Parts: sequence; C-alpha cells; structure tokens
Amino acid sequence: MNSSAGYDVIIIGGGIQGCATAYHLARRGIDVLLLEAESCGRHASGANAGGVRCLNRLVEEIPLSLAAQRIWLELEDELGSDCGFRATGQVRIAENQADMSKLEERATLVRSFGFHHEEMIDRAELRKLVPAVAEYCIGALVCRNDGYAKPFLTTRAYLARAGQEGATVLERHPVSRIERERDSWRVTASGRHFHAKTLVNCAGAWGDRIAEMVGDKAPLEVEALALMVTARVAHFIDPVIGMASRKLSFKQMQNGTVVIGGALRAKVIGDRQHAQLDFAPLKESADTVRTVFPQLANLPVVRAWAGLEGVMPDKLPVIGASPTAPDVFHAFGFSAHGFQLAPAVGLAMADLVTSGQSDFDLSAFRIDRFQGGRPQTGEINGH
Amino acid sequence: MSDEYDLIIVGAGPAGLAAAVTASRNALKTLLVDEQADPGGQIYRSIERALPENRSALGPDYFYGQKLLEDFRGSGADYLPETTVWNVDRELNIGLLTNGQAKQIRGKHILLSAGAMERPVPIPGWTLPGVMGAAAADILFKSSDMLPAGPVVLAGSGPLLLLVACRLIDNDVPLAAMVETSSARDYLRAIPYLPGAFRAYNYLLKGLSMRYKVLKARIPVFQGCRDLVVTGDEEADGLRFTCHGADQHVRASTVLLHEGVVPNLQFSRLAGCDHEWFASQRYWRPVIDKWGRTSLEGISVAGDASGIRGAKTAEAAGHLAGLDAACRMKHISDAERDRLAAPYLKAVTRERSIRPFLDHLFPPACQALVPPDDQTIVCRCEELTAGQIREAVALGALDPGQVKGYTRCGMGPCQGRMCGLTLSEIIASSASLPIESVGQLRVRAPLKPLTINQLADLEIFE
Repeated sequence: MNSSAGYDVIIIGGGIQGCATAYHLARRGIDVLLLEAESCGRHASGANAGGVRCLNRLVEEIPLSLAAQRIWLELEDELGSDCGFRATGQVRIAENQADMSKLEERATLVRSFGFHHEEMIDRAELRKLVPAVAEYCIGALVCRNDGYAKPFLTTRAYLARAGQEGATVLERHPVSRIERERDSWRVTASGRHFHAKTLVNCAGAWGDRIAEMVGDKAPLEVEALALMVTARVAHFIDPVIGMASRKLSFKQMQNGTVVIGGALRAKVIGDRQHAQLDFAPLKESADTVRTVFPQLANLPVVRAWAGLEGVMPDKLPVIGASPTAPDVFHAFGFSAHGFQLAPAVGLAMADLVTSGQSDFDLSAFRIDRFQGGRPQTGEINGH
Repeated sequence: MSDEYDLIIVGAGPAGLAAAVTASRNALKTLLVDEQADPGGQIYRSIERALPENRSALGPDYFYGQKLLEDFRGSGADYLPETTVWNVDRELNIGLLTNGQAKQIRGKHILLSAGAMERPVPIPGWTLPGVMGAAAADILFKSSDMLPAGPVVLAGSGPLLLLVACRLIDNDVPLAAMVETSSARDYLRAIPYLPGAFRAYNYLLKGLSMRYKVLKARIPVFQGCRDLVVTGDEEADGLRFTCHGADQHVRASTVLLHEGVVPNLQFSRLAGCDHEWFASQRYWRPVIDKWGRTSLEGISVAGDASGIRGAKTAEAAGHLAGLDAACRMKHISDAERDRLAAPYLKAVTRERSIRPFLDHLFPPACQALVPPDDQTIVCRCEELTAGQIREAVALGALDPGQVKGYTRCGMGPCQGRMCGLTLSEIIASSASLPIESVGQLRVRAPLKPLTINQLADLEIFE
C-alpha cells in the first residue's frame, strides 16, 4: 500500500502514556494519529501491578506525581469508564528499628523539599490501617491518597475517549521508518506512509529505538518484571503494601485476589520479544509474603506473568522536547513506575505539543542528560 | 533426585510410555512424570488395577495397553506419579509438584505427551450439576468403577460418544437417548475419505459393531440435532433440542456431552512453541516434524497433544520421539535412528489413514463452537457469558488477551483450559476475522496453583 495520510500529530506507542497524550491532544481539537505496533496496552501498560503511588517517589517526580494524584481522584468521571481505581492508601512497612530510621530519614527529606504527602505512623496506627499484618512490624510510612487501579482498563479508557474525541488509532502498525520531509515528518508503519508536523514518542520499552530514528540517543535498558496473583480470599486488607527493606508490593483487589510483585525480575527473551518468568525471585517474594502475612501461607497462587519495561540508568523517565529534531517530543523510559504518572504526563505532553511549554519543571527528564558525563542522580531511596 | 535428565517426559499415556521405553533402551537417562497415580494415560487408565470381572466391559482395545505397560515397567526409566507439572519453559526448565513439594529441574530434552482433553460444550445449562463430559464419565468408570446415574442422555458427536453408549449398555445403565449433532449429511461428506479409511478397516468394523449394539438395545437415536439446551433449575433434569424441525425433550438424571477431543496444549503453549490452526476439527496443534520436534530446540510433542490421532499413532509417535532424542544426544547416529524408526513411521501412516474419514464424519457442532445465546456461560471460573465476551469485542478487543483484560475471561484457576477455544471462536465470528489471526489465549505459569508455602519452599536445581 502506498496511501499517505496527513495529521497534526503522530503518537508512536499505544501504552497508557500514548493513549493519555492522544486523549488530551484530541480534546483540544488536534488531528491525532496513534500508531501502535501490537495492541494498545499489550506490554507494560497492561502487565503492571496497577499501583497508584506517590509514596517513595524519586524527588524529581513528586510534583508530577502529586498532580497525577489529584487527577486520579476524578479520573473515572472524566473518562466515563471504570478504571478499577480505589484510593486505599499505600503503606511502606518497617520490620525493625533500622527500617524505622530509614523511613524517618525519607520522611524528613520529602518534607525538606516542601512536600507533606508522606506521613510516619507508629505500630498502633499501622495495626489500625492493616490489622492483618504480622505482629512484629513496628510502623510505616504512608500516603493516604494513594491506591491502585486496573492498568489495562485505565489504558483502554483513555484510548476509547481519545477515539471519541476524534483521534485515529491504528493497532498492529509497527513503525519501521521516520524521515524528515520538508517541514514535516513522514512515518512508515506496516508499509503505509503517514505525515505529521509533530511526532510524540511514547514507545515505552522501544522508546530508544524510535528516538534513534530521529537522531536522539537514550541509554534505555529493557527489563522484564513479574507479578503473581492468588485465588480469591475473604477481604482482609485495604491499603497497598510495600516493605522498607524488602522487595514486595502487595494488594488485595476488590474481587478478593491478591496481586504480589515488587521488582521481581524475569527474563527478556529474544530481541525484546517476550518476557519469561524466572521462579527464583518469585520464590523469594512468596517467602516475604508468608513472613509478613503468615495467614496467607496456604493461599494458592493461580497465575504469574511478566512484562517488558524500559528502564533508564537513573530510574527517571525521559519527558520533553528532542534537543536535535524539530517538533519531536519524548515520553518513555518510565522505569517501572509510570502508570500513576500517566494522567499528568498526558496533560504535560499536550501542553508541550500545543505551546512548547509545560507547567512542570521537566529538566530532570531531558533525553540528553546522559551526554557529557553522568548527571546528578535523583535516586534517594533505592528502587 | 537427580537434577539433570537426558529426557523428561510429561504424561504417561501411550506416547509417553513408548518414548520412555525407547529412550531408556537407547541409554538416555529418562524421567516420566504424570499427574495420575498409575501409568496408562486416559486410554489405559488404571489398566494395571482393572478388576478381572470388568474385563469384558472394558474391552480388548483397553487391554492392548498391557504390553506397553510391562515394557515400561522393565525399562529402567524413572517415574514420578501423582506429580503436577506447573511450568515448562524454552530453557528446558520444568516445574514439578510431588507430595506438596515444588521443584524446578532441567532436562536436556523435553517431550510433551499430555494427550487430549474433551472439547468444552458450552450450551445453555452445561454448568448445571448432573452434566458432564462423556469422556470424563468414561474415565470415572475406568479409574473408580463409577457409573453415571440413569437415565442418561448422551449428546454430541464423535467416536467416543458411541463407545460410551456401548459401555453404558453393557453395564445396564438406562440410556434415555442418543442425541447426535452430526447428521446424514456428514456421512455423505465423509464418504470420499472412506477408501483411505479402509487401510485401517479394523476401526470401521469397530464403529459398525458399536452402531449395531446401540440399535439392538433399542436406544432412541436422534441425528442432525440442533439448539441443545440442558433443562433443570438446580440440577439437570433432561435435554431439549430440535430434530428435523421438531422440538424434542428427553428426561434424564445425567446429561453426558461430547463434541470430540482436542489436543492438550497447555504445556506447548506455555513453553512458547509455534502452533497452527487445524480447520477440519477446529483446534490448534503444535507445528512439528515427523519426529515430533517443535519450533523450540529441545522440546518435542507426541501423541494426541500434537493432534488427535488415537492411541496406536500416539504409541508409534512416542517411539519416534524417543529415538530422535537419543539421536540428538548422540547416543545413536542419524542412520541408526532412521533404520529403527521405519516400522513406527509405517504404523503412523497406517493409523492416520482413518483420520480424514473420522474428521469429516464428526465435525464439532456449530452450536458448541460459538454459543448463539448471549446468556450461555463460556468461562466457568469467572462466570462470564458469551454476551459479555461479545461486548468486549464491540469495545475493540480483537484478540483473546484483550478480551481477558476487559472481562477476566480465562483468568480463573483453570487458566483458560475450558474457555480458550470458545473465546477465540466467538471473537472470530463477532469481528468477522479468520480465527488464525485472532489467535489463542496466552497461557501462564503456574499451570496448576501452587500455594504461597509451596512456592516459598521451591527447590531449584540449575
């Protein structure tokens, strides 16, 4: 096929960042084409744990994350869809005094930047919030406005609204070529050509490859991360649980199933083609679960899965204009914590595309921050 | 337990047993794992423990398996019964659960011979108590000497339906009717394949003698039936259907449904082997060569798990896969493998000759593939109806993974074993897409649930 179609903006990548960006641009009357290589929400946006978490964010991300948190509270109304969002709060549990000190240090640091969303609680308050937790746990850091949502439903809700607002969506259209043609970009996908003045790269774990097509470099690593889910069990916990010094993310969904994750490594197979489970980290995670929630020892794990995610060396995303190519904007490399940010990122990207500016300070997210020496890292609390 | 085997075989049916015999004979260190307490698979289920008084009821085809069992017992292969396989991956890791202890071991070669499963028959009322698969009922008889409560109505299509009818007649279980969804037209369609089928004339004779037994027992037989509905509120009390335009209702305590069997693909799909669509029987099967090798190095499939061809073909295919594994591990040369394989290749060709005839004689009924009624349950674990799946398709979900994302279809403990085929068929028909492009539901480990404790205590042998 040689058909060629013109748009104002072409967004590459139908994950939640691309879908949210498409929605906000289309709302503003901009003619948007969203190109997705497989199906929207197929990879990290559909496979992640659905944590809506401001707690323990890298400091550079906090303003964006707090803005997103405000949007999340109203998001289902705005999109007119069930996204499975529950504002249950998130809790980071201390198992001993060393953990408590670590969390207190973190709380102090966050306050020193003028933020007040993270709060230390003692043993009594922890037991009130999480009655099911093992006796020996002594306190926690909490963010009460956090919660969780269903990632696939949220991604598809943005997608559906983008479509209603007039965005064109083409799934199963992997982009193979991007060329500059006079004052616009020509994108080739599945043998078809598309033109637009502006490009937005939301290609997730493939974001570096799309960036490279326009001449930008990003040191993106592709990782596979795993989650597992249990059979249904009677309601026993509300907030999403994390641990101060163990890899665990843990939540009970509305239907009673328990989703267990927390940076559980899986294997990347082929050229970013599949994620394959590795049972060694899942074993470790199961051991943590039975330590912290002994009553779950005999709960069946019915399914585990893994997804591919693009991770940057400093765990911060790439968000912003290309320093080399005109009218190109990037939003990828969310390093396994992009889901919660998406509502704010979609808005910020729409602002960047339409006005060249954003209300947020995006300087920490520049794509060229790794050129000419390592940047000052924003990591203050290991992920 | 030794943590590295030359060959690990999943499933102790005819294919797995034969492969274990041949592999051991050619000096491969072999492990056969199976979910059941006794070897034999579904076809020779509990053969070593069969009661002498049931001998005539079980028939000579069943006892044909004894020789294979004896060879296996003398083979020297390691054998792990009552073991669940909950993972297989392309690095040849295999996850086992025996007596509550989970293990991950690695083989140099893996043979998947997990046999077949009954095609789900999602008709209105199929989830009521008193409804079960005809093959499942047959297995209960073989393993536990249990017979269904009569009167029984048998409904559907396929050679096994006839076999179960005869089994019930022989055991004096009242059979209210046989309600066949295949019709005289299917017989006409199958006739061109008859000459080929004569090369396996023993099957034809067996089929005719079973027909004669049903006729002699004066069992009412309805053919070309449609619109099957299991009736009853709390439990099944009969089957309603239309036959040549007339409404019929047969009262029964037990409704046995059967629309043929399909390959058990849970393991080959989980590992990530390539599969292809087999249109005439409407199922997927792994892409394999004559030795059973799949698209993944070191993983082979043999027997009904590679496509339904019956016990004798499975046995020959098992020997072929065993020889090929021995060859791959340089225990025998290519020439030696080819020489030893000749009789098995011949047997496969002969036994396969009946299949095109049977495949055309017993096509699965349309109603069983795509439930016309929106209220019919498709995913039993999550209690999802055909209508809910169609709604997700209308929202733009054009593959099983997306429908799963919207509806949770296939996310229950059965991992989509019961709904996977129906889900793909519904998407294909609702979206007017070829089913090959719709594809299959992705399968996830653990294939059978592991508890938090079992997972935390997992022993990993690298």
